[in-house]
Amino acid sequence: MRKDRVTEALWGYAFIAPIALGLAIFYLWPVLQTAYFSFTEWGAFGGHTWSGLENYRRLVGDPEVGRALVNTIAYTVLGLIAIPLAILFAALLNRKMRGVGAYRTFFFLPVVTMPVAVAMVWRWLYNGDYGLINYVLSLVGIDGPNWIADPKTALYALVVIGVWSSIGYNLIIFLAGMQAIPAEYYEAASIDGAGPVRQFFRITLPLLSPTAFFVSVVSVIGSLQLFDLVFVITGSGAAARANPAYPRLQTVVQLFYDRAFVTNDRGYAAAVVMLLLLIIVVLTAIQFRLQRRWVHYA
Amino acid sequence: MRERLPRIVLHTVLVAASLVMVTPFVWQILTSLKTLSTATSVPPTLIPDGHWANYGRVFDLLPFGTQFLNTALMAVLRTLGQVLFCSMAAYAFARLRFPGRQVLFGVFLSVLMVPPQLFIIPQYQIMSSLGWLNSLPALIVPGLFSAFGVFLLRQFFLGLPPELEEAARIDGAGPLRIYWSIVLPLARPGLVALAVLVLLWSWNDLFWPLVVNTDPGKMTLSAGLASLQGQYQTDYPVLMAGSLLASVPVIAVFVFLQRQFIQGIAQTGIKG
Repeated sequence: MRKDRVTEALWGYAFIAPIALGLAIFYLWPVLQTAYFSFTEWGAFGGHTWSGLENYRRLVGDPEVGRALVNTIAYTVLGLIAIPLAILFAALLNRKMRGVGAYRTFFFLPVVTMPVAVAMVWRWLYNGDYGLINYVLSLVGIDGPNWIADPKTALYALVVIGVWSSIGYNLIIFLAGMQAIPAEYYEAASIDGAGPVRQFFRITLPLLSPTAFFVSVVSVIGSLQLFDLVFVITGSGAAARANPAYPRLQTVVQLFYDRAFVTNDRGYAAAVVMLLLLIIVVLTAIQFRLQRRWVHYA
Repeated sequence: MRERLPRIVLHTVLVAASLVMVTPFVWQILTSLKTLSTATSVPPTLIPDGHWANYGRVFDLLPFGTQFLNTALMAVLRTLGQVLFCSMAAYAFARLRFPGRQVLFGVFLSVLMVPPQLFIIPQYQIMSSLGWLNSLPALIVPGLFSAFGVFLLRQFFLGLPPELEEAARIDGAGPLRIYWSIVLPLARPGLVALAVLVLLWSWNDLFWPLVVNTDPGKMTLSAGLASLQGQYQTDYPVLMAGSLLASVPVIAVFVFLQRQFIQGIAQTGIKG
């Protein structure tokens, strides 16, 4: 019996060995290294020396960091509009009717489309002179701006792309959540004379709130890491700085990319992602705090 | 909820929303078949002039075939690696008893919580010291492992009925045999869900490929396409053709495996 125990344990270690090794080398150790790098200064040829809190001191006074933070958080908060929209459309699609599959596919297409391609297509749609959006606006007499190059509209234009490409993903999760709600609740409510709107607010929404909480946590974490869309829209380096809307678009991860791989200021870049980690932890903690006010666990 | 909402209102709202979702793709396809002057005519012309040469231009501007192959190899090998390594570990965490199991699983989970940007600089250093920058292994190797897959499959394995495994054990089958001949076949839906998600994320991934492989012949499609943006940013018909070619393979996989994709996402609710 005892020998069986030992054999089982050895098999256990053997089964987890490959991934444990891979995670240790490529993920766990790197996190610690990044934390360490954030306290170092990098020379032109890749060597680094301990510089204490210097990177963090620079971080606090860096106007680019401030702008990137404001943009990233604004994008994240505005992007939460995708959640009520997804709940609305999930509610509309949560029934037996013709064409449900097709509608669901349409919503889901952008989710599986390469973000680089998505950003290119939207750049074209947003084009100030030849874009489809401004043409449609001109039909109703509106002279549209150069959306992604205009500091006043750029961030909102970016949020629209983000919502468009993530709504289908949220919708699928909400649909699964709605299908888990027992039909008897609705039947009982119908017998009591509650109409569809009342049922939606009294049954669907409360029972869906844990799902909504989960989706909002995941969306916030994802939005805070925004990179692909902005990278394609603004480019990097000198080309990016030529876009007048760049100060309203630059995100934290884009700043990380720039410092780590364009200017090779890797110690500072490490401090930038440590800041990102801090923001993610804080915003997630805030959401867990707030959930008591609106999430109903059955 | 059910019958009260008039069908006509319902479908009007859904058709309008579908138009918003689909129009960008339609416009992309139409533009990809226009000459530059047709694409930039004011007011815009709807009907393209069948200018297929834009697709040929994509192949002139980028080593598109090579980048396609790089992307496919990266996506497929990462997927195979994760399905194998994650399912092995998931089986151990779900079914085998060994000292330190809880702690190790906790450590794996902690990787899941860390934003991936924190791995990048040290991973880059490792690739650089191995001389792997601008090579296929750089695209593939770190992505062979993931904590997410272990987590997803462990949940799935825990939901499998243990009776078959018990019976096999009584018949003298060892853990390796049980894992390979019983658990894996039973867990097929879970494995497929993980595979389609990893395939999707790998194909569309930008940051890591962009950073490690800067030589156009070693780039993936996402990075190659992003590089076009800088140089040819006003030749929209060519950009539309390129972005269509790069994104269509995964869209095609999605259309075939739609049910698995949607199940995978509904089960895990986690996006890359």
